Amino acid sequence: MKPIVPKKHEPIRIGFYICHCGTNIAGMVDVEAVAKYIGTLPNVAVSRHYKYMCSDPGQELIQQDIRETHLNRIVVAACSPQLHEHTFRMATAAGGLNPYHFQMVNVREHDSWVHTDRVEATRKAMALARAAVMRVPHHKPLEVKKVAINPNVLIVGGGIGGIHAALTLANAGKMVYLVEKEPTIGGHMAKFDKTFPTLDCAMCVLSPKMAAVGSHPNIHLWTYSEVAKVDGYVGNFKVSVRRKERYILEDLCTGCQECVNACVFKEPKFQDEFNLGLGKRKPIYLPFPQAIPPVTLIDPEVCLNFKRGRNPDGSHTVSDKCKKTCVEACGDRKAIDFKQQEEIKEITVGTIIMATGFQIFDAKRTPYYGYGIYPNVYNALEIERLINASGPTEGELVMRNGQSPKKVAIVHCVGSRDENTNRWCSRVCCLYSLKLAHLIKEHTEAEVYNFYIDMRTPGKSMEEFYNRVAEEGMHLIRGRVADVYPDPNDGTTGRLVVQAEDTLTNKILKIPVDMVVLSVGLEPHPEAENLRRMFNLSCSSEGWFLERHPKLAPVNTFTDGIFLAGCCQGPKDIPDTVAQAGAAAAEALALIDKGHIEQEPNTAYILAEECSGCKSCIPLCPYTAIAFDETKKKAIINEALCKGCGTCVASCPSGSIVQNLFEDAEIFSEIDGVLAD
Amino acid sequence: MANTIQPPLPDGKWKPRIVAFFCNWCTYTAADLAGVSRMKHAANVRIIRLMCSGRVDPQFIIAALTKGADAVLIGGCHPNDCHYSEGNYKCLRRNQMLKRMLADMGIEPERVRLEWISAAEGEKVKRVINELVETISRLGPLGIPQKFEEWDREMSELTRQMSKQQEAVDGGETPVAVKTEVIHV
Repeated sequence: MKPIVPKKHEPIRIGFYICHCGTNIAGMVDVEAVAKYIGTLPNVAVSRHYKYMCSDPGQELIQQDIRETHLNRIVVAACSPQLHEHTFRMATAAGGLNPYHFQMVNVREHDSWVHTDRVEATRKAMALARAAVMRVPHHKPLEVKKVAINPNVLIVGGGIGGIHAALTLANAGKMVYLVEKEPTIGGHMAKFDKTFPTLDCAMCVLSPKMAAVGSHPNIHLWTYSEVAKVDGYVGNFKVSVRRKERYILEDLCTGCQECVNACVFKEPKFQDEFNLGLGKRKPIYLPFPQAIPPVTLIDPEVCLNFKRGRNPDGSHTVSDKCKKTCVEACGDRKAIDFKQQEEIKEITVGTIIMATGFQIFDAKRTPYYGYGIYPNVYNALEIERLINASGPTEGELVMRNGQSPKKVAIVHCVGSRDENTNRWCSRVCCLYSLKLAHLIKEHTEAEVYNFYIDMRTPGKSMEEFYNRVAEEGMHLIRGRVADVYPDPNDGTTGRLVVQAEDTLTNKILKIPVDMVVLSVGLEPHPEAENLRRMFNLSCSSEGWFLERHPKLAPVNTFTDGIFLAGCCQGPKDIPDTVAQAGAAAAEALALIDKGHIEQEPNTAYILAEECSGCKSCIPLCPYTAIAFDETKKKAIINEALCKGCGTCVASCPSGSIVQNLFEDAEIFSEIDGVLAD
Repeated sequence: MANTIQPPLPDGKWKPRIVAFFCNWCTYTAADLAGVSRMKHAANVRIIRLMCSGRVDPQFIIAALTKGADAVLIGGCHPNDCHYSEGNYKCLRRNQMLKRMLADMGIEPERVRLEWISAAEGEKVKRVINELVETISRLGPLGIPQKFEEWDREMSELTRQMSKQQEAVDGGETPVAVKTEVIHV
């Protein structure tokens, strides 16, 4: 159907609709009175209230009125335009009008939901609706701009979320750039021993997926790399990725690890990051046997062939003081390059998935639990490594003194649900604590005490898992641990006393144990704040990346074309992370396969006849969308570059810049409208 | 057109009327969040959505104040967080200039408030709105439209007196009074 464009002198006929939203709006705003009042305003031809405007009959009502009463402007007062502006624009278009001959009024989020006085709320709704009714006659017919989308996808973070999203997209035939800051993908999941509630081995389910990423023809896997810069917009992001120097040429390394064996350090001597410092590695090393890519790297801070310390630019200087037995061992492959320098790669992608994960809470921030003070206090991730067959003790749960614990206390909610640290529930700790309790008992037959505030085990098969572990004979004590201190009756073994109130029996318990495990909570990644700025995302007050809508757009962000997966959005377990990663990949696919992006036509343009050529606007544009035509002595805006902020419009001394959808006349009418009572 | 509209619910009592210009990405969304979280706050603020606080033309603020707003609230993204890189800085710069101008006009600086409110800060929307309403309730009405009316009356009174004097000078003859038109900007 050809859109009906009102003729120049055709009288304005506005259809006004206010939504009850069940009782969400009608409960606080007298919608009938608003409809009646708006009906008395000039240019308003139809004014109605309806139970659910967003429903099919509600939208049909608009279309029918357009057809039957020849409306040429539509105003809907309902929820936030962030939610349903698109819906009603489409309904306006379906009725045969230009979709931009529509204006939305927010009388739910900004009115009925936040006010308590019905008279005041109704009055405000009238003012906001009146503003829209006065604004909408100025609306011009506009066309949606279509911009081609680049089909490549950037995924930031190579944990289970990033891996799953990458494989989904790559299998659908899209080119994926997977950027991971560590030397290998795998993330936190690669460190876990077993996973709840099934108790299957984490690496057994993860490593096939990691290997698939490593060998997939559609995935560019860039580990030991970081995103340095992001420019552009949905469909066409320009991203710079910094590939840090690992001193091994990835293409030439076969992963044989002969260099590691040949290193002049015969024994591993340096703290092994993957095992959280519980194990040792050499200066040249593979983080763990299943690492992907299976490429070693050199730590220049400890390798004898480098001078100690960094240069001011962050690089390291080769000292050439080592015998370089590793190079010898590598032989003709020539994969070791001490002169390798960091490299900046420029890529263009259409969509981005953030899967940057979390960090565990630093238990040193709760000093009363003695982490970092008493050697027998561990955090939960350290225990995962200690009971893991490929961990530093090859799966034998022994403490730092080499002994196996006879009694173990597991302290829940360390750095969670706590006014002094983090207020949120980290969601996975109760379940992983139960899992660790089971595994510790299995490995050592120790007596295990779980101290919890509330046992939170929601989700499929989780309560059953809790019952199963409880039946294995754990001590489950409802009470927050107040203190951990050395056992005064103990001489040398480092035994500790855990003090807590059992809130079910009202007794203070002091339980001597050999080992204390702190079930640390999940926190936003330390880089989240930088990433947020770089990718133009929003964060919740806790620091998690903010989703566009908590229920209806949980993987979308406020920046079009950027999606979220996994714990960067909030604490969640592996099944939820994988589900979200799949959803993010599907959202990206939906954009890519459409082939083009529809852009809001809110760009600015210059009225050439009125432009004085003063050039004030030119330096204000952050996108360099404004150029100066030297022959005509006028500014010109490149519509393709304009993002529609309107900063230049507000600055033009002669008022010769116009922003579509936000024209001066529209805004001045809106100001008049909100104040005309 | 504004003059043709009658107040829908006249209750006689003065209450501050505040016009807010919120940027789409941060503060407008924060106000939505305040709504979703049912954070109750004063009903005196009427929000106008713009894409960026950089779009806030000082003329909008002047227009709102002269059309009867008792205060104007501008909300944008925090420094460094602007969806359009730096529109909020442009807004800040203009706001500094405007504040000086308003001071010269005798308008209290509290009547124009600029706040950085991120999309996650629903709580801040509530706090800022409640604070501002309280401040303005204390300051009382700005009443620029009423002042205009007052000046109109003074002007016509002046005109009347002038023509009276003229009458006296002319010795009884009534001259045709010069029609004075008052133009508001």
